[in-house]
Amino acid sequence: MLGLLTWSFNLLNHKMFPIAKSPLYYFNSFLQQVGEVGLLFFQTFKNLFKKPWEKRIFIQQLEEIGVRSLPVVSLTAAFGGLVFGLQTYLGFHRYIGPGSETYGGPIISLGLSKELIPILVGLMVSGRVGSAMAAEIGTMKITEQIDALFSLGADPTRYLVVPRTLASLVMLPCLTIYGDIIGMAAGFFYNVYIMGVNRVLYIRNTLLYMELWDIMSGLIKSAVFGVIIALIGCWQGLRTEGGAEGVGRATTRTVVIASILILIVNFFLSKALPADI
Amino acid sequence: MIRVIDLHKSFGQKKVLQGVNLRLKHGETLVIIGQSGCGKSVLLKHIIGLFKPDKGSVLVDGVDIAKLKDDELHKVTRRFGMLFQGSALFDSMTVGQNVSFGLERYTDFSQEEIKELVKESLAKVGLIGIENLMPYELSGGMKKRVGLARAIAYRPDIILYDEPSTGIDPIRADAINELVIRMKEELKVATLIITHDMVSAYKVADRIGMLYEGQIIEMGSPEEIKNSDNQVVQQFIHGKAEGPIKNW
Ligand SMILES: Nc1ncnc2c1ncn2[C@@H]1O[C@H](COP(=O)(O)OP(=O)(O)O)[C@@H](O)[C@H]1O
Ligand SMILES: [Mg+2]
Repeated sequence: MLGLLTWSFNLLNHKMFPIAKSPLYYFNSFLQQVGEVGLLFFQTFKNLFKKPWEKRIFIQQLEEIGVRSLPVVSLTAAFGGLVFGLQTYLGFHRYIGPGSETYGGPIISLGLSKELIPILVGLMVSGRVGSAMAAEIGTMKITEQIDALFSLGADPTRYLVVPRTLASLVMLPCLTIYGDIIGMAAGFFYNVYIMGVNRVLYIRNTLLYMELWDIMSGLIKSAVFGVIIALIGCWQGLRTEGGAEGVGRATTRTVVIASILILIVNFFLSKALPADI
Repeated sequence: MIRVIDLHKSFGQKKVLQGVNLRLKHGETLVIIGQSGCGKSVLLKHIIGLFKPDKGSVLVDGVDIAKLKDDELHKVTRRFGMLFQGSALFDSMTVGQNVSFGLERYTDFSQEEIKELVKESLAKVGLIGIENLMPYELSGGMKKRVGLARAIAYRPDIILYDEPSTGIDPIRADAINELVIRMKEELKVATLIITHDMVSAYKVADRIGMLYEGQIIEMGSPEEIKNSDNQVVQQFIHGKAEGPIKNW
């Protein structure tokens, strides 16, 4: 279906605009690329349930995406939590008055778990892992290793894309929940130990107003981001052309496209996911 | 067993193949010669099903591979072993893992049997005890041989070689030629070789075909090719800059 759409737009494009690049040309190539990603997503999904499963790559990717991202996620989550704690303290202190700062607790947890941490994790991982996927698969492409896979009877999607997408889907929520904990601890630390907010009240308010769904909706988002990162990285890798330069282009494109997509999709998910259930 | 019928392929405006016809029989060695960039690799990639023809077809034992579904196509491609121009070893895997790639995934052999088969395939190409090296630790000639071991590990019916002697020194190139002949004799496979190296073409071929401007312009035994009165063929096999071939 998507392929048909892409194809018909291509046809239109060649006949009408052989040389000049009109706005329609860019619109076409945009649609074509959307088509490509859609097709890859579809193929990945189709191949999810087919043997042989690439357990080795899956585990390797779990480690690459999850374990090796821990330092980056720790740092970003900690400083995200600190600065968020700082501004929340300031807000309550200035506008509501001394004593109300203990209500910063639930605000911080809400903001972190629903928005800030999933986004930070998504952006960090697309920079760290999405780009690496594009570079690795892109290098395989230009050195004919993808063709070699094919010639050995292995489906490149099943062998390369499926394990990466699955690993990313599993690991992003894990990183997010880890980031949630670090971020909330950092916010708590700033408020209670640096600014001297009442510890008991801060904790009580947090527990009182925090809901499990707040955390869950952040995890759902991050799972979607995980799929986005892996798909974009693999897609760019697989369509790499033109030597080392092409690999470079594929990696930067991956980071740019994945980051923008994450921010856009995040907004719509925030809108679509119910505030509480 | 392989028939290519009126194969056409263009990339954008560039017409690469314009009606290629050829036939590869059981146990035969066919060499396709032609200039760099004339579409030899593209032809090979059509034969293993990596590219889909714009027009025409590739038949493997009478089956048009462009019409197959992915899974069926992969079954057919497993009958081919292909040695790529740059070897295309998987560089995140050891030599042993490279060679056992297909065996592990698509056969029911035990780990022990696979180990034996890997050893045997590597021994066939004259390599012993290098299973645990990584591809970057190998020389160009060794990579080619590992690539060949990977291609034959599966016991294919057909071996395809993409410029097996390009990029290595003449002595190693000749060793590869010897290997090509030995593989054919030991494994009784059909062989399709693509090259612009006339020395190896004469040495290994049963028949030679020349690809020029998207078509096979001449096909015959090495003797017939040597004595061809086609000026293009004569220019190519003698490697002269003067002649009807101008674009390079
Ligand atoms: N995937 C591709 N996309 C666009 N052009 C290609 C592609 N593969 C090959 N070509 C073009 O086809 C022509 C033939 O290439 P190739 O078959 O690799 O030549 P050779 O005979 O040296 O193996 C080249 O001009 C190349 O630019
Ligand atoms: Mg080539």
